[in-house]
Amino acid sequence: MSVRRFSPYLAALASALLLGSAGPAGAGESITLGAAVSETGKYSTNGKHTRNGYNLAIKRINEMGGINVGGKSYQLKIIYYDDESTPARGAQLAERLIKQDGIKYMLGPYSSGLTKAIAPVTEKYGIPMVEGNGASRSLFNKGYKYLFAVLSTSEQYLAEAVNLAAENAGKLGKSASDITVALAMENDPFSQDIRAGVLDDAKRHGMKVVIDDKLPKDLSDMAATLTKVKALKPDLLIVSGHSKGAALAQRQSSDMKVDVPMLAMTHCEAAKVQDKFPGTSDYTLCATQWASTMSYSDKWFGSASDYANTFRAEYEGYTVVPYQAAESTASVLVWADAFERAGSLDTDALRDALAATEMQTFYGNIKFAPTGQNVAKPMALRQIIGGKYKVVAPSKWAEIPVVFPKPTWAER
Amino acid sequence: MDNLQILLDAPIFSVQLLIDGLLVGAIFALVAYGMALVWGVMNIINICQGEYVMLGGFITYLLFSWGISPFVGIPVAFVVLYLVGWLTYRVVICRVVEQDLFISILATFGISILLQQLMNQLFTADVQTAEAGLGTAFLFNNMVTVPWVKVVGFVLALSVGVVLVLFMGRSRMGQAIRATAQNARAARIMGIDTDRVYAVTYSINAAICGAAGALVVMTWVVQAFQGLAYTVRSFMIVVVAGIGNLPGVVVAGLGLGAAESYAGFLLGAEFQTAFIFSLLVVILLWRNYRLRAQRKVLR
Repeated sequence: MSVRRFSPYLAALASALLLGSAGPAGAGESITLGAAVSETGKYSTNGKHTRNGYNLAIKRINEMGGINVGGKSYQLKIIYYDDESTPARGAQLAERLIKQDGIKYMLGPYSSGLTKAIAPVTEKYGIPMVEGNGASRSLFNKGYKYLFAVLSTSEQYLAEAVNLAAENAGKLGKSASDITVALAMENDPFSQDIRAGVLDDAKRHGMKVVIDDKLPKDLSDMAATLTKVKALKPDLLIVSGHSKGAALAQRQSSDMKVDVPMLAMTHCEAAKVQDKFPGTSDYTLCATQWASTMSYSDKWFGSASDYANTFRAEYEGYTVVPYQAAESTASVLVWADAFERAGSLDTDALRDALAATEMQTFYGNIKFAPTGQNVAKPMALRQIIGGKYKVVAPSKWAEIPVVFPKPTWAER
Repeated sequence: MDNLQILLDAPIFSVQLLIDGLLVGAIFALVAYGMALVWGVMNIINICQGEYVMLGGFITYLLFSWGISPFVGIPVAFVVLYLVGWLTYRVVICRVVEQDLFISILATFGISILLQQLMNQLFTADVQTAEAGLGTAFLFNNMVTVPWVKVVGFVLALSVGVVLVLFMGRSRMGQAIRATAQNARAARIMGIDTDRVYAVTYSINAAICGAAGALVVMTWVVQAFQGLAYTVRSFMIVVVAGIGNLPGVVVAGLGLGAAESYAGFLLGAEFQTAFIFSLLVVILLWRNYRLRAQRKVLR
């Protein structure tokens, strides 16, 4: 083999050595976090929100002088890989981040599915991971010790809607136990968790579930389910099917003039129903992890609304700051807090510091259960009024009382 | 079987399901029509059928976001997809057209992945819609609601079908296409430029899908990764109708739409697709049984 043919390999080797010496935390003046986040594939939009959230936190922390670990100041960095929205690729990349790039501190990917694929890898190597985008309940019953999630788990997403309907049952001239519920939930772990949460609360109030459809993944039409809603006239229609389910339910329920006193969904913001269906999307209730009107604050970003302003100034094209970005930023803040409290770069010391986290961020209070999920922050419910999202539950943050029952199509 | 009881107590919901099903089925039939054409003439199972539908939808969405009526999207998507189809034929399909079926399946599968990721890059992975703003028709004392856009879709799907039948029957090109479908070699001997026939056939298919996509974005939603649902359904319609049976495609499409609608109501949305595929198995078994019976007679 001639030197010429050999030289690219030499160059690659040399640069790898250079990178290797500068990369790992503690060697220089920086700490490097690692993350596999979707840049391509079906999660690419939410992947972008996630990356923007991470990057904004890194930028702000570094601007404020970095983080102080045991009397020494460090800047934060992140190495990203594109997981292509596929779990298998995510798991491979987690291996690569840990084994090849020497990453000792991980941030989560986007979605429960990807988090589920990556968590066993980080667990195997004893690398702590703080995530803000995997809400499925099934992540937190596996006994993982190195997984920490800043968000509320998925069974809490729409349980509040059931309670709200129960509180307001009198307005329909009914008692809470007379309320009937229709469910249209996608057949995936996330939406089925939400379903389980809703069923628990409906049972607690003695409500009757009259429709319980599981929407297929390749859902292209909801007319059959909505015809059933027209026939059985439930008081509460709950839909969870990611962006596609939200857009279809909103569009077809207004096209078919399906009247229900309450329509509650997930992913309204992600599907941009307020912009796509102006007017007809009014009165829909939407689950959210976070809203910029909430009264939380921290030393890095100030209040929740300060964060929203900073975010919009930094990234173009956002009118409403998606909660996916906010919870990603919060994940980095949790890391920063843990580094400072641990005063060490040792992963086990950091794991213990993470487990003992008890802080308030602009995103909400954070305290982890022994199984890793955040138990200090409730979900919120917003209602679209005049194309704007208004918090209606929990009552502590309610901007307006909920409009229930929503006006019928004939009245609108 | 509570849901069956509803239909028996209030048959009006049956009307709603039937109308919805037929209107949906017309759009499926349109997509399947293109697939039947390509399958019959070129012996290619076009896996990227659904991606052409999504692309047509995104083109209409793009026009809509510029403030242009989505109805303009139907002819525009038709023309743009014709060109996309022609380009695809010249670059890829012409190299696999007379080869093993498996090779063309692989090739069109590759195109489908390419188109998905391309749409993902251009239009993001967001779900998109375009509002035609036609409102809803109320029938039977407001018990049955039919969005006007679905009716428009139905009429357009049928008229495109009729135009195609006329085109195939009357025009020179249509005759050439049919001749090539019957026997490509003989057609070539008769002086038909089969390469051009293939190019036109494939482009027409893409164009039909584009127009169907425009209807889909006005009625439901489009998303870069949602094409497979349309590919699978059109495949199934063609199999049920039988290759080369173009009128059968329309009937099978409408029937599938109605069956799916009833299955969704009676069995729940989770069994909607499963029911359709079980039906496919039953139809194929029944057809196989019939053929065996015929063979016995021949013997």
